[in-house]
Amino acid sequence: MKNLNSVFAAYLIGWGVFFLFYVTIVKRTADLRAEVERLKNSLARSKQPRLEQS
Amino acid sequence: MAKRIIFALVAILFVVASAYASFYIAPEERTMGVIQRIFYFHVASAWAGFTAFFICFINNLLYIWKRAEKYDWLGVSCAEVGLVFTTVVLITGPIWAHPVWGIWWTWDARLTSTFVLWLLYVSYLLLRTLIEEPDRRALLSSLFGVFAFIDVPLVFGAIRWWRTQHPSPVIMGGQGSGLEPTMKMVFFFSVIAMHVFMAFLIVERYFLEKTRAEVDSLQREAEA
Repeated sequence: MKNLNSVFAAYLIGWGVFFLFYVTIVKRTADLRAEVERLKNSLARSKQPRLEQS
Repeated sequence: MAKRIIFALVAILFVVASAYASFYIAPEERTMGVIQRIFYFHVASAWAGFTAFFICFINNLLYIWKRAEKYDWLGVSCAEVGLVFTTVVLITGPIWAHPVWGIWWTWDARLTSTFVLWLLYVSYLLLRTLIEEPDRRALLSSLFGVFAFIDVPLVFGAIRWWRTQHPSPVIMGGQGSGLEPTMKMVFFFSVIAMHVFMAFLIVERYFLEKTRAEVDSLQREAEA
């Protein structure tokens, strides 16, 4: 089977690119979700003393 | 979350089935042999990329008209996904071309216009990183996205309008063109599979952009 290696290379590299892209989406989303949680906690903490004072 | 997992499983099922069909159901092409099987992956990826850029274009226009941020989120998601599909096209093309043409690359109308398309959407994403203010970033990138889309019909038409090293179209190519029925069936199944996979990636990328907007909003609230 002439050129079978090229066919496998094309499929492997192509799916590798898709997989890497998907991994970056998952990683970026996880980082942003952590940032959302951090900001929400920080906002809740900053509002608490004002509530206690009132 | 459960819906997104089901969507992921459906997309995986489709692409695995299309890869199986490309290798075991489609007959071997007489002149090129086994290397022609790249066609089902290469062309299906190209069509999915075009569709992503078309959805990006529509959302860019909608943003310019309505100024709702969801159109900007969908626009950038489609641009990034379309760019990844075009990257795969630009990688698999030369791997197919080398044994058949004897060269990896040539600057003919189809290959050059595809490379320009890739550069345009890289520029679209780079432009977004240069503008801090969200409304201004969304408007300028939407305007640029509308301009960038002009290249998509050029890429599509390049092998129809000009003589190129790239083969003439086998689908919508006019008289004398076409595919053997089983090849045609496998090809259209691959196109559907790639579109399902593209839709899955766009949904995932859209949630990322939505979360980014949530972070921006919370940061503004924290600074106020």
